[in-house]
Amino acid sequence: MIPVAHFMFISASLFCIGLYAVLTRRNTIQILIGIEFMINAAVLNFVAFGKYDKISGGGQMFALFAIVLAAAGVAVALAIILNVYRYFKSIDPTKTDTLKN
Amino acid sequence: MGQEQILFYFFGASVLISALCVVLMRNLVRSIFLFFVTLFSLAALYLFALADFIALSQVVIYAGGVLVLMLFAFMLSSRELLNSIKPAVSGFKVNHLAGILTSILFLFILFRVIIKTNFNQLMWMQESMPIASNENTAHQIGIHIMTAYLLPFEILSIFLLMVLIGAAHLARKGGKE
Repeated sequence: MIPVAHFMFISASLFCIGLYAVLTRRNTIQILIGIEFMINAAVLNFVAFGKYDKISGGGQMFALFAIVLAAAGVAVALAIILNVYRYFKSIDPTKTDTLKN
Repeated sequence: MGQEQILFYFFGASVLISALCVVLMRNLVRSIFLFFVTLFSLAALYLFALADFIALSQVVIYAGGVLVLMLFAFMLSSRELLNSIKPAVSGFKVNHLAGILTSILFLFILFRVIIKTNFNQLMWMQESMPIASNENTAHQIGIHIMTAYLLPFEILSIFLLMVLIGAAHLARKGGKE
């Protein structure tokens, strides 16, 4: 039986790795991967607490919903990144500095 | 230390080490392939929380869907996209220092909160009934989807339809510039 706190240590570390990637990477794909890490850390917390929630099953259900939402987000984000690349010829977020023309 | 603990810490370490490698790796393709390792180890961690259906959908959706989508998007679109992502000239930027400081401070705060909390004394956790290891969670999830969580499920299906249309519209070739 593994205590909840140990799940939370792992998910907190994973969240901070994702935060570091979002803050410092110069490459949109790695920023996207960092966001995925943060979502996965949240899912790990959902699942770890869902173990104690057998009757209503909220933890596991919302873990499932969060995974689906993350996948949908990646699909749209990749489409946007491809468009940005076509327009700016670069996916460095510091170089994409106009919203219109 | 039983077998369960050893496996749990092994997979936990594998998640964290591979995630660090993904983030620090300069070669994008390598970092996407290492992302596989992180996701599979995370699925293994979900198994330790007795969420076998979630672990399975993690493998199917992430490893089968998201990563293949990422790889396809690059290999199909253009080779210059992969080549253009040459890492910037290495050097310690102020940006990096601030990012490292922020994430380490946030990690410190989170760890402190987790250490200070005594999870076994939480009221709802004492009264709750933990899932037994021989239970069929997929069966329970199916019942929950069709009863208590029907509204989020339907909202999610509408949302997925919107994402499908939106992503196809954004990614089509030869749209108006």
